[in-house]
Amino acid sequence: MTPLADTPATRRRVRARWRDTDTVFRYAVRAAAALVVVVLVATAVFLVAQAWPALRHYGILSFLSSDRWAPSEATTTARHPNPYGIVQFVYGTAVTSLIAMVLAVPVAVAVSLYLTEVAPGWLRKPLSGLVDLLAAIPSVVYGFWGIFALIPAVRPAGVWLSRTLGSAPGIGPVFAGPFFGVSYLVAGLVLAIMILPIITAICREVFATVPTADKESALALGATRWEMLRMAVLPRSRSGITGAAVLGLGRAVGETIAVTMVIGNSVLSITKSILGPGATMSSVIANEFTESTEPFHLQSLMVVGAWLLVIALIVNTVGKLIVRRTGEDIA
Amino acid sequence: MPTPAPPSDTAAPARLDVVNLTASYHGRPAVADVDLAIEPRQVTALIGPSGSGKSTLLRCLNGLHLTVPGASVTGSVLLDDADIYAKDSNPVEIRQRVGMVFQRPTPFPTMSVRDNVLAGLHLGRRLGRGPHDDLAEQALTKAGLWPEVKDRLKAPGGSLSGGQQQRLCIARALAVDPEILLMDEPCSHLDPISTLTIEDLIREIKETYTVVIVTHNMQQAARVADTTAFLTMPAVGEPGRLVEVGPTERIFSTPRQQTTEDYISGKIG
Repeated sequence: MTPLADTPATRRRVRARWRDTDTVFRYAVRAAAALVVVVLVATAVFLVAQAWPALRHYGILSFLSSDRWAPSEATTTARHPNPYGIVQFVYGTAVTSLIAMVLAVPVAVAVSLYLTEVAPGWLRKPLSGLVDLLAAIPSVVYGFWGIFALIPAVRPAGVWLSRTLGSAPGIGPVFAGPFFGVSYLVAGLVLAIMILPIITAICREVFATVPTADKESALALGATRWEMLRMAVLPRSRSGITGAAVLGLGRAVGETIAVTMVIGNSVLSITKSILGPGATMSSVIANEFTESTEPFHLQSLMVVGAWLLVIALIVNTVGKLIVRRTGEDIA
Repeated sequence: MPTPAPPSDTAAPARLDVVNLTASYHGRPAVADVDLAIEPRQVTALIGPSGSGKSTLLRCLNGLHLTVPGASVTGSVLLDDADIYAKDSNPVEIRQRVGMVFQRPTPFPTMSVRDNVLAGLHLGRRLGRGPHDDLAEQALTKAGLWPEVKDRLKAPGGSLSGGQQQRLCIARALAVDPEILLMDEPCSHLDPISTLTIEDLIREIKETYTVVIVTHNMQQAARVADTTAFLTMPAVGEPGRLVEVGPTERIFSTPRQQTTEDYISGKIG
């Protein structure tokens, strides 16, 4: 055999041959990986293409400058004012997700600490399984439960909140009554329960990676168990908890059916109070797409979908950046 | 709010008496029937082959053994005549009086050098908030680390070298002013120079503390220990037992038991 000329190109070929001895497998996995990119891009392109008539008719930013969603006022010709304002849906998504995070993250951290550090050995597996099972309950069942069990149960608390905090200076409008049940608050509660399993599962993994030596160092200094967790486990897990919370947030932002069932679907303007009815970006789409007969109605729902996709991408990207940065702090 | 008085520097070193102690994991004894007196202001070394239960024995001296799931003990460990395994004993207080340093340096990765040293002092609100540079300096000086880190107090604890990290852990253990310091193979992950630095440090701190050290390294025991205890197990899988204890010089020159001599001369282990 004649020796190959020693050029970068031949070296690359030699390297490739040593690495890839199975062409079919290589192309198969490459295709699978490409599919992911294709689906993401195709979804985005589809949404924008479907939304395009409405975007062109009313202008891209006019959707974000109004909180009035009144399809019956739409005509094929009038361009101004845009009857499809979506600010109230952005607000609804933000508020319900925020309520869910505020409620779910501390509980998830506490449950994970219990499961990894406090619970007796025999209880850890079955209890973890139960928490995971919460994730197996279908969204629509959570919605039913929200309407018929949760709303009656929280009604006294909601009424109490509106009577006490509802007239407080400053924060009053956030808790203003009347409270009829269907509300941002109940939607946030249902979301909190729905994102609890994923946050708990990740926190559990994160806490389990803290080295025994770190925990024993804290104990050996005279720490109580809680002090040990605060000194050795929680600081080390900060980035992991953030990551878990962001993944939960990602779910809360997109969750649809359960929210649609308990939020009241009030679309005409922003309801500031968390005790009042509203709508989220996903709930308005689910609620209206089957009967979108007005001019530009369906196209405007596509606009909501496109903005929802943008927000979801931003949430995930920002979250990953946070996780990466805090991860470096610890390493 | 009045600041609590800083821990005094004058706590008398305590003595430990191990009485008929058996320590088990999930019902299987790891070390059995140990009787051992640990004198104040001395270095006591625990030597023996792997699996002889010397680390388990050490971890029984501050009760850390019982924090492991499935662990149990019978017998007593008397800390100045009070059984640490008595019903009414306070584990948190005992772990504060009997400090411990581990095989691998374990500075808390998210804390600065100074916060690492002060970590134990912030427990149970023994110390108010504040920089407390004086207390950090005291402890770091005792651990012989002050000159090396005095300009790096705000650097992360993990940025120090391995030997410095281990001395940081010693400083952290000494900062809470324990009476006894347990060391579980503190040099096994360090280079020879760092090892000698730590050994010098052990000889210094035994003036004020009672020190118990587990070591794999017989030369190290010979260099630092006043008293040496030799543990071994009759066969693999059986619990370790205390074979012989005595002044280090005598253990290494004229051991009374055949197994001790075999181990020291390198025939077993």
